[in-house]
Amino acid sequence: MSGPPSPFAATAVERRQLSVQQLVRLLLACVTTLLLVPVLGILAVLVVEGGPGLTWSFLTEKPQRLGAAGGIWPALVGTVWLTATALLVALPLGVAAAIYLSEYARDNRLTRAINLAIVNLAGVPSIVHALFGVGAFVHFLRFGESILAAGCTLAVMTMPVVIVATRESLQAVPKAFRDACWSLGATRWQTIRHIVLPNSISGILTGVILVVSRAVGETAPIMFTGAVFLRLVPPESVFDRTMALSFHLYTVSTQVTDVPRHVPFSVALTLILVVLTMNSLSIWFRMRLRARKKW
Amino acid sequence: MVPAPGSHQGLDRLDGAWWRDWAARVLVSLGGISAILFIVAIIVFIASQGLEFAWNRLSWAELLTGARWEPTANPPRYGAWPLLAGTAWITAVAMLVAVPLSFAAAIYIGEFATGSRREWLKVTIETLAAIPSVVWGVIGLQVLNPLIQQWFDTPVGLNVLNAGVILGLMAAPIMTTLAEDALKAVPDTYREAAEALGATRWQVIWRVVLPHARPGLSASVLLGIGRAFGETIAVLMASGHRLLPPTSVFDSAATITATIAAELGEAAVDSDHYQVLFVLGLVLFAITFSINLLADGLVRGRRRRA
Amino acid sequence: MVTAAAATNLLSVRGLSVRYGEHVALQGVDLDVREHEIFGIIGPANAGKTSFLRALNRMDEFVPGMHVDGTVTFAGRDLRTIRNLYALRRRIGVVFPLPVGLPLSIYDNVALSPRLAGVRGRAELDEIVERCLRRAALWDEVKDRLDGLGSLLSGGQQQRLTIARALSQQPLLLLLDEFSIAVDPVTTMRVEEVLKDLRRELTIVLVTNLVQQARRLADRTAFFLGGRCVEVAGTEALFSGGARDQRTTDYLEGRFG
Repeated sequence: MSGPPSPFAATAVERRQLSVQQLVRLLLACVTTLLLVPVLGILAVLVVEGGPGLTWSFLTEKPQRLGAAGGIWPALVGTVWLTATALLVALPLGVAAAIYLSEYARDNRLTRAINLAIVNLAGVPSIVHALFGVGAFVHFLRFGESILAAGCTLAVMTMPVVIVATRESLQAVPKAFRDACWSLGATRWQTIRHIVLPNSISGILTGVILVVSRAVGETAPIMFTGAVFLRLVPPESVFDRTMALSFHLYTVSTQVTDVPRHVPFSVALTLILVVLTMNSLSIWFRMRLRARKKW
Repeated sequence: MVPAPGSHQGLDRLDGAWWRDWAARVLVSLGGISAILFIVAIIVFIASQGLEFAWNRLSWAELLTGARWEPTANPPRYGAWPLLAGTAWITAVAMLVAVPLSFAAAIYIGEFATGSRREWLKVTIETLAAIPSVVWGVIGLQVLNPLIQQWFDTPVGLNVLNAGVILGLMAAPIMTTLAEDALKAVPDTYREAAEALGATRWQVIWRVVLPHARPGLSASVLLGIGRAFGETIAVLMASGHRLLPPTSVFDSAATITATIAAELGEAAVDSDHYQVLFVLGLVLFAITFSINLLADGLVRGRRRRA
Repeated sequence: MVTAAAATNLLSVRGLSVRYGEHVALQGVDLDVREHEIFGIIGPANAGKTSFLRALNRMDEFVPGMHVDGTVTFAGRDLRTIRNLYALRRRIGVVFPLPVGLPLSIYDNVALSPRLAGVRGRAELDEIVERCLRRAALWDEVKDRLDGLGSLLSGGQQQRLTIARALSQQPLLLLLDEFSIAVDPVTTMRVEEVLKDLRRELTIVLVTNLVQQARRLADRTAFFLGGRCVEVAGTEALFSGGARDQRTTDYLEGRFG
């Protein structure tokens, strides 16, 4: 290996720099992998501890002994009610707001105020949303503690999710399509209905899924607005109070004594299966959107 | 019917399409304005519930510095210092966990990782973000609690450390995403210019990308703080909820959020206790609102300069 | 005299200025476009040609910051007094520099405008689609795949689809903005044939970056420079040394632009 040094051979300094780079890269990769540990760890713990208890009868039977035994059927049904109510309120409002911001709003104070409001709605602590729900929906609007009050509270909280997902997909529709459509004499609304919305459905669906995933998991906003500790009959209207999966998990973990160790894990596993199914769906939508190009 | 050429009737007729467009404009504007309306309503409703007490009987000095939170004692004491201190401790631990994790992940994902590994990491982080708060609470209660007792030989495992680690992990995904956005916002031309001078990838990141991304990175930390700060159920379950200012990470502690959640159900509507919880809520709102405003200003300021 | 001129002028533009915020794009343009002529507009980049077209169909409503001053009279109506601008745009077809096939089927691309205007009958729509696609010299290429996405056609086909779509509104006026910029020469020639043919039915304003295209097609030509209309003249006169302004001559002879 003797002979004149090649002009491309690394100098000592360059070699050191490169090995620093290798080291840093390795370090970063390790730290990033650390994020995998809680995800896999939590899933593993939930499956191992809660999996055996997650039987068909656990899902379909009523709870006994305050949830220490029996199943979670009323809580499951209640969660569906709450989520549906939240969605029915948040979806139209959120989609409308997104359409406004993407298709109508100009760069002025009002638009900046709306954007700031959305950021803050998303950033306000969930317990503050709960207080708002108590003040506004339970007392002021006289919904009482009910599915309606809890659903509205969840809706206000999750509206930013719908707005952001929808706005992003609206803005992904090229400007040229709008210009072309307008020049045909289409109104703004016709353009939105016939060209823009059909091409952003996947974004709206992503918003729906994310709302469901958020609403299913939230506890604080519903605990004072409509969720109850125990109610063995499923709700019959939005003015009923209801059990909910997340709140049930909270109570069997902290409020009830003599709960067998596996019960909270089984409830948590159910909850997380619902949430992760929703999230996988939203990821799948995103990929499908990327794969199926229309222009 | 399409009008015949030459006709210019109808240029003034406001037809169905025109009115539908008008109605749609009104409706979606209402949707947009509803966001502002909700924020204002949050302030109004929370303030109004606590206003009477805050105005007439509350000592703000005691609320902010008083060391005893005894709302049900006689006479009741409303010193929220233990809650403020608990919140600060737990948030600090959370940031010690979340900042290195999220910055490392953002740099790795944004600047090094490619292809399917990158996609998988992103899916992992999304999954982490999707785990509901109450499930984190169960993990804190049932998994971390015994682990902390074992490893650190402490009598209780429900403490600042437990809640802080959990909040850190909960805040990490959003911080990673925001930090990655901040890195992505640094123009590629800067990277290329530095690489053309023979800098290694890491030198480029360290000397060019990170300094330029600093406002965005600060914003991500701020918003992470806001997240950790406002988290409720997980903290309530994992912190031990002890109403004394913590002096080490192994002390149990209580936060503002957890206290509201724990006591709102027991306080009689419109009692002083009930009202003081709304005052706390207003304090929480004010702090998170300022954090959001500040973060927004940081990101906006950077955009203006770029 | 005045009434006679008004009868043959489809468009009358007086003192037209366009600005975007502070930036002035077009200033003090006066010109007339006669019925059933092809009116060419030539000029280098940033001469205000596109802004001129935008002002004609009142696109200022959709362009943030765009502000129009002056009078444009279209078919005897001052544009500023028209209440339903959508109805105005239905009478003016536009073809953009880059072809825009909407992400709809080819059929729906052409049927969109009639549908929005209230045409429901399938037979009538079929008839409009076929007629417009034939007029745009696209029918033979796409008649067997009318369900295919219009946005996935080739550039040249999309540009002809855009023309077919513009014709489907039965416009009085067709505005073309550098339509050949993204189109191959063969398609350009075919479209030019179509345009010559269309002159019998409607009026065309043709903005082009190709001086020779204006010469081939336009009856009269305007030369725009730096936001002003330098001169308007009969195309033949202009190209056979009849330009009154030295800048026009320089541009036509390729000394700048």
